[in-house]
Amino acid sequence: METRHLTCIGCPMGCQLTVTFEPGNRDSVKVTGNTCKRGELYAIDEVTNPTRTVTGTVRLKNRHMKVAPVKTKTPVPKDKIFDVAEAMMKIELEAPVRIGDIACADVCGTGSDLVVTGNID
Amino acid sequence: MKVNTVIIGAGVVGSSIARELSRFDVSIAVLERASDVCEGTSKANSGIVHAGFDAVPGTKKAYFNVRGSKKMEALSKELDFAYRRNGSIVLSFNKEDRPKLEELLKRGEANGVEGLKILSGDEIRKMEPNISDEVVEALYAPTGGIVCPFNLTIAMAENASVNGAKFFFNTEVTGIEKTSEGFKITTNGEEFLADTVINAAGVYADRIHNMVCSDKIKITARKGEYCLYDKKVGGTVSSTIFQLPGAYGKGVLVTPTVHGNLLIGPTATDTEDKEAVNTTAVGLDSLQATGGKSIKAVPFRSVITSFAGLRAHPEGDDFIIGESTVPGFFDAAGIESPGLSAAPAIGEFLAGEVAKKLSAKEKSDFKAARKGIPNVALASPEEKQRLVKENPMYANVICRCELVTEGEIVDAIKRPLGATTLDGVKRRTRAGMGRCQAGFCSPKTLEILARELNVPIESLTKHGPGSEFLSPHKSV
Amino acid sequence: MKTKIAIIGGGPAGLAAAIAAKEAGVEEVLIIERDRVLGGILNQCIHNGFGLHTFKEELTGPEYAARFIEKAKELNVEALLNTIVIDISRDKVITAMSAEKGVFTIEAEAIVLAMGCRERPRGALNTPGYRPAGIYSAGTAQRYVNIEGKMPGHDVVILGSGDIGLIMARRMTLEGAKVHAVAELMPYSGGLKRNIVQCLDDFDIPLKLSTTVVDIAGKDRVESVTLAKVDAKNKPIPGTEEIIKCDTLLLSCGLLPENELSSQMGVDLSPITGGPRVDESLETDIDGVFACGNVLHVHDLVDYVSKEATEAGEHAAEFVKGASKRDSEAAIGIETGNGVRYTVPVCIRKSRLRDLLTVRFRVGNVYKDPEICVYLGDKCIQRRKKQICAPGEMEQVILKKTDIEAMNSGETIRIAIENESK
Repeated sequence: METRHLTCIGCPMGCQLTVTFEPGNRDSVKVTGNTCKRGELYAIDEVTNPTRTVTGTVRLKNRHMKVAPVKTKTPVPKDKIFDVAEAMMKIELEAPVRIGDIACADVCGTGSDLVVTGNID
Repeated sequence: MKVNTVIIGAGVVGSSIARELSRFDVSIAVLERASDVCEGTSKANSGIVHAGFDAVPGTKKAYFNVRGSKKMEALSKELDFAYRRNGSIVLSFNKEDRPKLEELLKRGEANGVEGLKILSGDEIRKMEPNISDEVVEALYAPTGGIVCPFNLTIAMAENASVNGAKFFFNTEVTGIEKTSEGFKITTNGEEFLADTVINAAGVYADRIHNMVCSDKIKITARKGEYCLYDKKVGGTVSSTIFQLPGAYGKGVLVTPTVHGNLLIGPTATDTEDKEAVNTTAVGLDSLQATGGKSIKAVPFRSVITSFAGLRAHPEGDDFIIGESTVPGFFDAAGIESPGLSAAPAIGEFLAGEVAKKLSAKEKSDFKAARKGIPNVALASPEEKQRLVKENPMYANVICRCELVTEGEIVDAIKRPLGATTLDGVKRRTRAGMGRCQAGFCSPKTLEILARELNVPIESLTKHGPGSEFLSPHKSV
Repeated sequence: MKTKIAIIGGGPAGLAAAIAAKEAGVEEVLIIERDRVLGGILNQCIHNGFGLHTFKEELTGPEYAARFIEKAKELNVEALLNTIVIDISRDKVITAMSAEKGVFTIEAEAIVLAMGCRERPRGALNTPGYRPAGIYSAGTAQRYVNIEGKMPGHDVVILGSGDIGLIMARRMTLEGAKVHAVAELMPYSGGLKRNIVQCLDDFDIPLKLSTTVVDIAGKDRVESVTLAKVDAKNKPIPGTEEIIKCDTLLLSCGLLPENELSSQMGVDLSPITGGPRVDESLETDIDGVFACGNVLHVHDLVDYVSKEATEAGEHAAEFVKGASKRDSEAAIGIETGNGVRYTVPVCIRKSRLRDLLTVRFRVGNVYKDPEICVYLGDKCIQRRKKQICAPGEMEQVILKKTDIEAMNSGETIRIAIENESK
């Protein structure tokens, strides 16, 4: 069994959660310190499959190397955050770009596309 | 490079000398170690044109102060910089201090200051309703004034440049040698040969003087810290409010600035480090306390910035002005307060001395007048309309706090001795001097600087090499 | 030129107000925006977390803005871009300036103030030290990184744990910078918990509470900052200093509503919020001048801005249709009771109430297990238990028209925090 301490992000309360679990076994997770159901659900996800939406920018080569905003279309595993950030740095697009344009399909093998989030003419 | 005269330092004194000397048929090189004019003491002071009642009669301070102060109004029209005669008041908090007020009055009269009178506490509060109730009497000097120290300096330097003086920035003097023909000046860059040298090096004037002269001088850097307040409290006082020296420490004044802010300062602490323009917690706290004696309430929540300047305090307490023991080497050293007020007169005097030495004649084509950057914020609606018609950039507001437009910023960059740094733009146009302190406009100003100077934005600085703002993203 | 409703500012508040006014049937609605695009600060807020309330999905700032911009376009809201308002008179004549039109005036029947806010700069904090390059407000840094594609520095300390500061801690880290610490003067963060976890904890960035910057070193570029712990009065404690070598100091120390135009035209402003004092219709003390969004009071979620601005737009529409003049009806004041710093609105006129009225407010401290109580006169009509109230999170209560109508004349409304656990 492993033990982790987390701060719940469900509300400003910020409950200090103590989570014990067997790695890889979702049913084994025990959460204490939470004051509502949301805390438990958050903790279970955080210790079994933590994910984040990664946002950042990519270059626009025909706009004096200014940038366009992008995000992963769906949350990606937390341990891929830096890989995705690195990948963004290498991408160059040509303006104009539109919200939803795919900047990079299946970024870093996460299964999530990197999509443009701003309209730049 | 070979010139008739090298002026060391492009502060208010060096710029004034350059401007006055450029009336004559003299080749001039102004050497400045910073990246712009007005980068030392001239940019961080009270901005006061002293009436001249404070200096001891017979001193150089008294002579040049009164003379400079009298020239200021005409000069402000000729060179188009902001100046206002708002009057000065010296507060006394104690009936027993009456003799001290009278002493100031007498000094002032001896120095030729006009219109001085002693007023009762009630009379003074009628003029200045926010003056402290503790004030019992005050000396009133109607000829005291306030000036924009930046544009005073910049205007004189620009005008000197237009009249042929050459300015060399990022140029630090490392040695001066007296030769049979004159002087050899070595710098971190080019070498200069000159018939005469004028030392206007501010807090470093001792170092420069002592390179040449055997009679050594010592200049102490005396730090003055200030707090600047929002324009919405700029009307707290309309005159410049001094305290009687000795009453509560010395010299903390409360004044409106010529641009409508409120300024409280300076403190006075001697410092070994001649670069120590940092503010301190002790200094800033003491300003609230001492400034607070003069007025009913310090609007401390409205502070928009604090800063410190270093006054060049001479050992003998008086300005060191004139030809030194080494013929051809002139000093304008130890120019502490009232140096800003005195600068126009110091320039006139030293230019005359140097011209005499060089047997130089006045030029017939000297251009005395200079037109400043248009001020869109202060322009009438008709004037605004005309400016925008002439150049649509005058409608594109870059600094929203001070209402400074792209047109003005481009002007500041393009004119003689134009701005090359963010601080340079700020001092010429006030972009970034308002209540948001450049948070909003600096990205836009940098973009304009990069475009007009045709350099990458990463190379732009706050005030010269080493003060770069930006670097590329990791990916580039 | 002339218009029915002029909206000053085309950020989230201005856009929502314009859309609401149009949808309420006003033909001429004009947004005046100084930037070259609509959307305001959202354009540089490229992180996600916007729109959960409004669209029930998580959007980034530019995506959230784009939805409103598209809607405004569909409805033919007119927008003057690259246009700065330099003056508004009490009789609602707007003087503006643009390269295209020069200096010109707009006569409006109603005005919605939606100018947003700005960041508190270093100067206002009176932090001692040098004044080198490398000190930026977090929002300015955000613009450099997210719009210009430039890095404001590589070794970073952040003062203030407002949300922009937290967001920038993550953003700078992802761009390869090292964020050494986030220092917060207060004993609690003003930012959202979610941001503390996902922007700091995820990257092992320490949050130092009750800590401030007491010195900045470096004559040309920032070389280090000195942090120190502060006591209960927020005064630095000698001996707790810690010098951190860095080239950049970001400031995220609060936002100030930008009311220069409002104050020039003589709108009555609250010293607490820095924004106009408004009634139930979000109308200022000047008839036909409304306010919403961050110019009224600083919000933490853009969804609430949109909601408030929608109300302002609707009220402005009612005003120009002549339905809702205030006349001489006496207002019922809303008082701030224990723990409540301010309320928006500050007063109510019965005749203009809709069935439900949202009163937004902020508390002045962190309260655990408190009750939010609403009193009409002496009578407590609402008592809502909360797990926590914090200054960083805007609170609200909903009042019923029927309750207000039953009040006796001379009575006031009071909102208070009670029975918190110590």
